[in-house]
Amino acid sequence: MLKREEVQHVAHLARLELTEEEEIQFTEQLADILAYVEQLKELDTEGVEPTFHVLDMELPTRPDEVELYPDIEGILANAPDRADRFFKVPRILEGED
Amino acid sequence: MSVIRALHSQLLAKERSAEEIAREYLERLTQLEPQLKSFITITEELALQQARAVDARIRAGEAIGPLAGIPLAVKDNLCTQGIRTTCASRMLEGFIPPYESTVTARLAAAGMVTVGKTNLDEFAMGSSTENSAFQRTANPWDLTRVPGGSSGGSAAAVAADQAVVALGSDTGGSIRQPAAFCGVVGLKPTYGLVSRYGLVAFASSLDQVGPFGRTVEDVALLLQGIAGHDPMDSTSLKVRIPDYSQALIPEIKGFKIGVIRELLGEGCGEETRAAVQAAIQHLQELGAEILEIDCPSFRYGLATYYIIAPSEASANLARYDGVKYGLREPADSLLSMYGKTRAHGFGPEVKRRIMIGTYALSSGYYDAYYLKAQKVRTLIKQDFLRAFEKVDVLVSPTTPTPAFKIGEREDPLSMYLCDLMTIPVNLAGLPGLSLPCGFADGLPIGLQIVGNALQESKVLRVAYAYEQSTDWHRQRPPLEKPKESAPAQPKAKSKSGKGSKKSKG
Repeated sequence: MLKREEVQHVAHLARLELTEEEEIQFTEQLADILAYVEQLKELDTEGVEPTFHVLDMELPTRPDEVELYPDIEGILANAPDRADRFFKVPRILEGED
Repeated sequence: MSVIRALHSQLLAKERSAEEIAREYLERLTQLEPQLKSFITITEELALQQARAVDARIRAGEAIGPLAGIPLAVKDNLCTQGIRTTCASRMLEGFIPPYESTVTARLAAAGMVTVGKTNLDEFAMGSSTENSAFQRTANPWDLTRVPGGSSGGSAAAVAADQAVVALGSDTGGSIRQPAAFCGVVGLKPTYGLVSRYGLVAFASSLDQVGPFGRTVEDVALLLQGIAGHDPMDSTSLKVRIPDYSQALIPEIKGFKIGVIRELLGEGCGEETRAAVQAAIQHLQELGAEILEIDCPSFRYGLATYYIIAPSEASANLARYDGVKYGLREPADSLLSMYGKTRAHGFGPEVKRRIMIGTYALSSGYYDAYYLKAQKVRTLIKQDFLRAFEKVDVLVSPTTPTPAFKIGEREDPLSMYLCDLMTIPVNLAGLPGLSLPCGFADGLPIGLQIVGNALQESKVLRVAYAYEQSTDWHRQRPPLEKPKESAPAQPKAKSKSGKGSKKSKG
């Protein structure tokens, strides 16, 4: 059975601040969904290769060439906060001024 | 007849201009929008500008392709440069992409006229379009019911003639399921056939872009416009693209068609089973040989999908952190900004899937969940491969039941069951199409046709032969038709609209 603390841990990993109500709800719903997917354990997959890519294709490569992106302003225009040509974020390092 | 072909010949004969066509569709779109809410953004100015450009080419005596001047709706998870692309999420409510998706760029170059961006379940996660952060889209056949999802806006728009054709995306059934619910044709192409550059990623090993139309030919023509290699998508296949119109031959004598036994058994509604069995009978009368096919691992498809898709989603959606674009909730530390931004930016279903995926990929669980699911995926793929040694295409219902009521399915697992029949196709990367094959109480029922990888032509041919010898696709939803040229008059509201022949509450 899924515990509330596990939900809190997963929420932290996913960088999701959950309300108490959400924690309770997700504990229940995730437990249901995990119980449902348990049925996969019935299947013997000994020796079965996993499918990471559905098509037999070679991974394409290309020359690693630097190209200048033409529309820097178009990217920065979507920034929630910016300073000149930079994205602005809250303080990252603790204890400095 | 194909709507695209009909409009194309009117354009060639100069009976109507592209601008007139665009205005007519925009007018109908706007008039129906209060009832349907198919669109998040209407791009009237762009549409008229694109239509005038087509008219200028016609006037200059230039040759135009079949897609030129045809009104198109685009699911709002495909990036359109300079036009906001929201994924129906608060997270991207104000996002204006600085670039254009390859599919929309190709269609614009072909002269298509974009009338708007359609509603969807947030980040394409859902089966009813109820998970949109902004609005509920109604099913044109019964306004109290869902249009399906996640491409519900695109399906409803095509069903209601708000656009001629539309683009959607399909990760577990998100084109075929709403196509079935709205009584239109929808195709999920082979994984890799259509570029995903500019499609907002949900589950990258499953996502594929595809067309909606009222007829098989419309879908074939739109597929022609978007299929083909794109260096900007590393999963894009380098294959020769056939002329899909050549596949539209209403003749399937000697075709071997497999019926997936597991998908007609328990879990399939009575009315749906009856309609699909009648369709199979019809295909047999057209000269196809019908074989029953067992796909024993399909019953594990849903469980497999609900590990793989959320796992990939949890990684893909990690990018929404409030730093470079999208919503940001102010906070005094970076960590707290992430947590608050994501808490307010995402709706419940997206959070739920991020949670499942993060759990499944977290330390100690990877082998038990993600790896196990990827192995079961191999078994599902092998079931398909074995089947295609015996048959040309496979058929099944598209969905277990017709469209359900808005608000009816609140439990996540009961919602997930909608995709029971479409999910195995995504897990194996195959092409699948849904087309109308009957009605139950005035609600459309969809027949799913699945082909082997890159066998879109075979799928289209069987669909075309079925469509041309039935008239389900000629049925129109009982919406109030806006008057052609008369000025807008006070409309009789809901009551008279609902009373017409087909619907019965």
